[in-house]
Amino acid sequence: MMKHFTITKRQEEHIAILEINGELDAHNAFQLEQQFKTLIETEAYHIIVNCSNLEYIASAGLGVFMAYIEDIRNLGGDIKLSNMTDGVYHVFDLLGFPSLYDIHRDESEALSSFKTQK
Amino acid sequence: MKASTSQSINVSSSTEHLREVRNFVQKFVQQFDVNKNYLDEIILAVDEAYTNIIKHAYNNDPNHNVKIELGTSKDTLWVRLSDTGIHFNADEYQPPDLLKRIKNKQRGGMGVYLINKLMDSVEYSSAGKTNTILMRKRI
Repeated sequence: MMKHFTITKRQEEHIAILEINGELDAHNAFQLEQQFKTLIETEAYHIIVNCSNLEYIASAGLGVFMAYIEDIRNLGGDIKLSNMTDGVYHVFDLLGFPSLYDIHRDESEALSSFKTQK
Repeated sequence: MKASTSQSINVSSSTEHLREVRNFVQKFVQQFDVNKNYLDEIILAVDEAYTNIIKHAYNNDPNHNVKIELGTSKDTLWVRLSDTGIHFNADEYQPPDLLKRIKNKQRGGMGVYLINKLMDSVEYSSAGKTNTILMRKRI
């Protein structure tokens, strides 16, 4: 059975990690948007979105990443994505995200890429 | 593949029903011997088409109706979504430039692009007050 969408937030040194779980669609994309807004307000610009439990993503979810990446990069940070299942990666890939977003196999790889950039 | 068959549901124009719509599509498509990628692609295409109707045909007004029909014919699965809102003009549609959209902080417009990538054929038509999108994908 398909799951609802939830977000869990963690912190690793100066890096904010959002674990996004379940199904991300036009109905709940505002939840992710709210998280990005809060992170920007609290000047947390180094963000990893761990997708290990993301079972589904529609373009409304991808739209949230599109709306915030430029602001966050201009503020000296980045949104890095990690742990995508093949199915979720396929959707990002269809829209050309891999050439414009920093997508990592796992969270530790995303973390080290932030740390080497520091 | 089994003999030709079709099923339909009527849902109101609200993103609240997206999961229900995806579950309906999943249940129908799973009757056939398809792989997970195929199933996922059909579910996403219907989600995007339904979301576009909610947002663009009905301007997010939930008090309208969308009919979703799924069926098979020979070796092809088809999906038809019908609404009575604002007609989508496919001739004026321009595929999105992701880099430009990111720079301009634009979102949206990706649904139609995805549908075109996911399905083998997509046709839009209008008759009277009813707009229809008919999508097909070979099984």
